Amino acid sequence: MNKSLGLLCAMSLLAGCASERVVLLPAHDGRASAVVLRDAGGGEVRLDRPYAATVRQFGNVTEYRSSVEDLQARFGAALAAQPARPASYLLYFQPGGEQLTDASQAELGKVRQDIAARAASEAMVIGHTDSVGGADGNDRLSLKRAEAVRQLLVDTGIAVDRIEVVGRGERELLVPTGDEVDEPRNRRVEIVVR
Amino acid sequence: MIKAHRIGVCVLALAAAAQVQAGGPAGTVKTVSGQVIVERDKQKFPATVGAPIEVSDTLRTGPDGAVGVTLHDSTLLSAGPRSTMVIDKFLYDSKTNEGRISVGVRKGTLAVATGKIAKRSPESVDFHTPTSTLGVRGTEFVIDVGAGSDE
Repeated sequence: MNKSLGLLCAMSLLAGCASERVVLLPAHDGRASAVVLRDAGGGEVRLDRPYAATVRQFGNVTEYRSSVEDLQARFGAALAAQPARPASYLLYFQPGGEQLTDASQAELGKVRQDIAARAASEAMVIGHTDSVGGADGNDRLSLKRAEAVRQLLVDTGIAVDRIEVVGRGERELLVPTGDEVDEPRNRRVEIVVR
Repeated sequence: MIKAHRIGVCVLALAAAAQVQAGGPAGTVKTVSGQVIVERDKQKFPATVGAPIEVSDTLRTGPDGAVGVTLHDSTLLSAGPRSTMVIDKFLYDSKTNEGRISVGVRKGTLAVATGKIAKRSPESVDFHTPTSTLGVRGTEFVIDVGAGSDE
């Protein structure tokens, strides 16, 4: 083994600083993103452009611009092991009941296929309401809607223990409105398949 | 009166946190190739697709190993060969999307796509290596921790 390289390794161990590399990837949804690295000595590096990269070696920090090829060479195996992206589906109800609209009925078929296609798939069924009524009542109503949709999925043969139900009430209006506004697009159930 | 109200809120918050903690595993193994070991309470067992991952679990991949885990809030973690990562903290309230994630990368490579907790409160999510802490701002990134840093 090269003597000076061995010495460098020993020095880096003594300094407690292994080599370390971080690369910011393009965001999947195209939104702006960033990571901020802080070390014990108070140093701070901010990566806020896709492929912005930083390497720490032997106590020195250098920044560079990575590339698709560089990522593939260094991180190919980790990126290939990434689980399938969670997918989100929206279902709407016909007025005054728990009957889905025709379009949502078709969408439910897609959800079922997606759950069947994934390895070790899980689903989170999230009920939402519009802003009519009190927050507590809407929490209960949204949970009821989510439970109704879970039952529809169970009826098509999906194991109930793979489906979590959540009622988010009026916390997350799809169409922003004031309080006490009847808005059909906010009366929805979202299904996240992961 | 105000004090009593505050205490009430604190007790409620604690109860909520306890409920979240008891709310099942942190995530699920979705992809496995080669040798991948889960360490939990000094027990070791091979990772399999569908296996739950819990808080404090350590995942180790062998020279030919790789593993992908989806956390409960839709965060995606995947590690390449000769990697060690630890799920130090995971708390998630699916009703409010509030929570806390802390993942340690001891060595090797890790790819991350953050999920609902980072979207709601990025300051509640961090990744740490032997030398640095990474804060996220709604993000996908990769980390490589080189040799000489095991444990």
